[in-house]
Amino acid sequence: MTTLDTVQVLLYLGLLIACTPWLGGYMARVFTGERAGLTGWLAPVERCIYRLAGCDPQVEMRWTTYAGALLAFNLFGLLALLGLQLLQGVLPLNPQHLPGVPFGLALNTAISFTTNTNWQAYSGEATLSYLTQMLGLTVQNFVSAATGIAVLLALTRGLTRRSGTTLGNFWADLVRATLYILLPLSSGLALVLVAQGVVQTLAPYIMVHTVEGGQQLIPLGPAASQVAIKQLGTNGGGFFGVNSAHPFENPTPLTNFLEMFAILLIPAALTYTYGRMVGSRRQGWAIFAAMLILFLSGFAVALTAETGHTGNMEGKETRFGIVNSVLWATATTAASNGSVNAMHDSLSPGAGLVALGNMLLGEVVFGGVGAGLYGMLMFMLLTVFMAGLMVGRTPEYLGKKVEAREVTLAMVAVLAPCATVLVFAALAVLTPAGLASISNPGPHGLSQVLYAFASTANNNGSAFAGLNANTGFYNYLGGIAMLIGRFAAIVPALAIAGSMAGKKTAPPSPGTFPTDGALFVVLLIGVVLLVGALTFLPVLTLGPVLEHLLLQQGRVF
Amino acid sequence: MAKHPTSLFDAHLLRPAALESLRKLDPRVQWRNPVMLVTELGAALCTLVVLRDLATGAFSPFNVQITVWLWFTVVFANFAEAMAEGRGKAQADSLRKARTQALARRRRDGREEKVPATQLRRDDLVVCEASDVIPADGDVTEGIAMVDESAITGESAPVVRESGGDRSAVTGGTRVISDRIVIRVTSEPGHTFLDRMIGMVEGAKRQKTPNETALSLLLLGMTLVFLLAVFTLPAFGAYSAASAGQPHAADLSLPVLVSLLVCLIPTTIGGLLSAIGISGIDRMIRRNVMAMSGRAVEAAGDVDVLLLDKTGTITLGNRVATAFLPAPGVAPERLADVAQLASLADETPEGRSIVVLAKTQFNLRGREVAEPHAEFVPFSAQTQMSGVDFLNPSGRPARGIRKGAADAVRAYVEDLGGLFPKAVERTVEDIARQGATPLVVTEGRDVLGVVQLKDVVKGGIQERFARLRKMGIRTVMITGDNALTAAAIAAEAGVDDFMAHATPEQKLKRIRDEQATGHLVAMTGDGTNDAPALAQADVGVAMNTGTQAAREAGNMVDLDSNPTKLIEIVEIGKQLLMTRGALTTFSIANDVAKYFAILPAMFVGLYAAGGHPGPLAALNIMHLASPHSAILSAVIFNALIIVALIPLALRGVRYRAVGASAVLRRNLLLYGGGGLVAPFVGIKLIDLTLVALGWV
Repeated sequence: MTTLDTVQVLLYLGLLIACTPWLGGYMARVFTGERAGLTGWLAPVERCIYRLAGCDPQVEMRWTTYAGALLAFNLFGLLALLGLQLLQGVLPLNPQHLPGVPFGLALNTAISFTTNTNWQAYSGEATLSYLTQMLGLTVQNFVSAATGIAVLLALTRGLTRRSGTTLGNFWADLVRATLYILLPLSSGLALVLVAQGVVQTLAPYIMVHTVEGGQQLIPLGPAASQVAIKQLGTNGGGFFGVNSAHPFENPTPLTNFLEMFAILLIPAALTYTYGRMVGSRRQGWAIFAAMLILFLSGFAVALTAETGHTGNMEGKETRFGIVNSVLWATATTAASNGSVNAMHDSLSPGAGLVALGNMLLGEVVFGGVGAGLYGMLMFMLLTVFMAGLMVGRTPEYLGKKVEAREVTLAMVAVLAPCATVLVFAALAVLTPAGLASISNPGPHGLSQVLYAFASTANNNGSAFAGLNANTGFYNYLGGIAMLIGRFAAIVPALAIAGSMAGKKTAPPSPGTFPTDGALFVVLLIGVVLLVGALTFLPVLTLGPVLEHLLLQQGRVF
Repeated sequence: MAKHPTSLFDAHLLRPAALESLRKLDPRVQWRNPVMLVTELGAALCTLVVLRDLATGAFSPFNVQITVWLWFTVVFANFAEAMAEGRGKAQADSLRKARTQALARRRRDGREEKVPATQLRRDDLVVCEASDVIPADGDVTEGIAMVDESAITGESAPVVRESGGDRSAVTGGTRVISDRIVIRVTSEPGHTFLDRMIGMVEGAKRQKTPNETALSLLLLGMTLVFLLAVFTLPAFGAYSAASAGQPHAADLSLPVLVSLLVCLIPTTIGGLLSAIGISGIDRMIRRNVMAMSGRAVEAAGDVDVLLLDKTGTITLGNRVATAFLPAPGVAPERLADVAQLASLADETPEGRSIVVLAKTQFNLRGREVAEPHAEFVPFSAQTQMSGVDFLNPSGRPARGIRKGAADAVRAYVEDLGGLFPKAVERTVEDIARQGATPLVVTEGRDVLGVVQLKDVVKGGIQERFARLRKMGIRTVMITGDNALTAAAIAAEAGVDDFMAHATPEQKLKRIRDEQATGHLVAMTGDGTNDAPALAQADVGVAMNTGTQAAREAGNMVDLDSNPTKLIEIVEIGKQLLMTRGALTTFSIANDVAKYFAILPAMFVGLYAAGGHPGPLAALNIMHLASPHSAILSAVIFNALIIVALIPLALRGVRYRAVGASAVLRRNLLLYGGGGLVAPFVGIKLIDLTLVALGWV
């Protein structure tokens, strides 16, 4: 690393740590109904939305009602996006006259954007009209992120309320998260991106004459507005096929830095919000610390692998270089973002393992907006359960007992994506349809398949581009994986919130195992790593590990 | 319960346990424990593979050895459970002998009839006389008797049981040694205290406790994931082998896959889980505490508020004279002498302590007081005084000595025309302020001074409470004393809080209040009026000497009737949970080493060329001799570790009264760290042994 690289990485981390309490505090005030910076300005808008929707934000929901509202809303979003894609050929704002999207791909894409995955089996500029991008994808980018925040809020309320039955109002949470947090942040970021040269236009693509005398079609579109939210909302779905490696999405070192920073901003800040809402900032910082340590460890491993020998520039943009590409790759897989500024298929096996590992750990290293933290809270319940037994008490978290019901639900939330990855990847290597998409046979091909299902089942969305994912097999199986990854975590998380809300809160004593200290951070990291390692070590051995060992012997795939 | 097996592996327990562990191979038994069921199914599958090998003539010593060790794994786990149960069974057998088959004398409509004890119903009246065995649990409704309860408590000294009051409960199977009592039966046949005891020690009616259920579910979830991880492996392995162009490079045979699975699923904790639970209850029984459910034992570990009766738990139970404080102008010897005279006939512990104090302080020996000259005045609730009247030869009172509460003595003295000195009044107030009891002594109308009676706090109790505080447990002293007295004793004993003037209703309310704020409460009690509070408390320990109502309300009965035992009960509960947590952590941490043993063994052939092993040999960091010896060593380690940990499961992990963080750090290091390292060492050693023996 050059000095400049080091300075930039330190700046990145410093800014992240500095912004966490700032944004986190703001969000906590917004969600607890206190006055915060923008609430005065936007409150009339919020009231107006409720009046138009005929919804009373004060109505408290039980967990079943909350989950029902959430699922209905997501189903509606999914169907709307599906319809928009199928019918885009006859709808306006389609200057390139792109035809309707084929059903399999449209369904995959609809699931992908409603589940905050943004797995892209298509190339945006060649497939989707401006209307689909703006009214379909961008809208889902906002509301899927807001859905994640809503689940986190419901879970937080469940953990803190005493002997209650309700978890808040889904519609209010959804509106507040979108209006007060996602919209202002992404508007600001979009403006900076436009100023830096990211395109934002409804004009048709431009045909240019190249120096060699050939002709080239330059795709355009309303990119900046979508790029901002895809980074902030851990969505990751690029406007163009190559995502933020495209100069129109990510033209300068400044945009690169900001986009990279936007990936982790909200997930990191939510740890602080959580701490404030449970009444102990230390709780939030402990989670932040665990996530940061996991993040930095991954970054260090990936960087070592990429800079080893002469350094691996394959698949990277020269304007970003190795360090920026590795930092982006680590951040985008740690947070379930999935946007890329370099091609992950070309990462060295070590760095590929980190990217893969970040996803296989269940997207809890910062993770998706809201989703990362509620995922981490599932791990925390399991950690608390084991650790709690060891101190000789029925395990409790925040004074609430963790019992059979919570353990079962947390296990479902943690293990459903794991099981999906294993089973679907095995199906892929067993069937000709699955094998046909692999571009490099051998261990790297296994990594490609594994990456595809790790990415979909954990709602990341990034891809080892080497795999041809736009086939019936991967579209449908990937779609199912995304649904499982999203809702097999959300429903148990809300169910836990419901059962925890009804429990009594035991006051802390020296006999209570503290969940805000260094020991707990270490233990939590241990459990996250152990669950991931024990589940995936066999298959990782045959994928990246074998590839790495073969690379050392001079064999490349 | 008199004879407990002392050693963990009593020789006479081993053989039945070994037999029992084979009988438990029945899948219907294993059904309760999914982890071991999967292991057994794996062993059965491998047996089929071996049989097929034999039929086809392709005999593989490796497959045979794997199969044998897989069966051993199940048998060892069964053995652990059988050992834990065996210890209870031995006790149950001795209890069963106490269950009476004799005829009972039932009284009905004023007539007595002989019926078998098994036909007695609730509310029947039964007569028992000396040498009769009490046929059923009940309350004494008439009479008083000495009862030998050694069959149940192991304590040979007989105890008094009498109608009314707090010592009215009798237990079926105990024996009346003197006198005659009438008992009202309080239990239905088959549901007596003795039946419940037998059920508990045998573990026959053992239901999984809440934490055990939660842990079982965790283990089940892990088992499912490992099932997926292992049985998707053939797909990945076959793909890898095919794309390497070496279709037979990966060893994906069934015995190898089953070995990997069994090594990964948490067999250590899965095999020992029920043994841990049974032995937790067993440890209670060894301390003569009958827990009515495993749930109660577990709840004991969660308790964070202890309501302790002052008398008998915190103090020795009786107030003791500690000083003679004479009135102005009275010699201390005179006060002591008169006080001793007043107490000579006083058989209460307080009275006796006055005699003893006079003897030790002033060398005044207790004198024989000739009967005709003295008339003893016993304590009565009306007079609040006791004493002695000396008569002159004509039989007229010559000298009246009284001791009693200040107010009562004042009334007595003023009645006789005397004056209650101001100085004595002050002394009385001083003593009361210190939490002691003042006893004023007067001879006729002359008030001589005050005897100070103090509650003596048990030795070492303060340290005990300090330990509890470190564990995060708050102690609340319950007493009927006034607030002043209570505060002084509370300070001396080092309890965190106290309740003075406590009535049963207040006790109940206190428990409810504590529970409402999220605390779990344990208490002891014996009287009928304690019953509601015992029932409300999360852990209610009834004294065996108490009433039947109290014994039924609580979820534990202390056969020794020692209220201090509550502290031990809490410790046993905690130890039970800790043992489960520690072994779970150990079991899971073990998996890392097993991966490093088995995975390279399975795939070392991939990309092997020119006589060199494939690149994945690099993962064989233990340098195990061969793929077969690596897999076999892991399986053998996995089986033997169960046996090695049986003593720990039965005895429980070592318990120390320190804060949660310290306990966790220690257990994490010991069982987490140990669990990570131990298998690396163990598997390597087994591998060396196997190679030396030439078995692989």
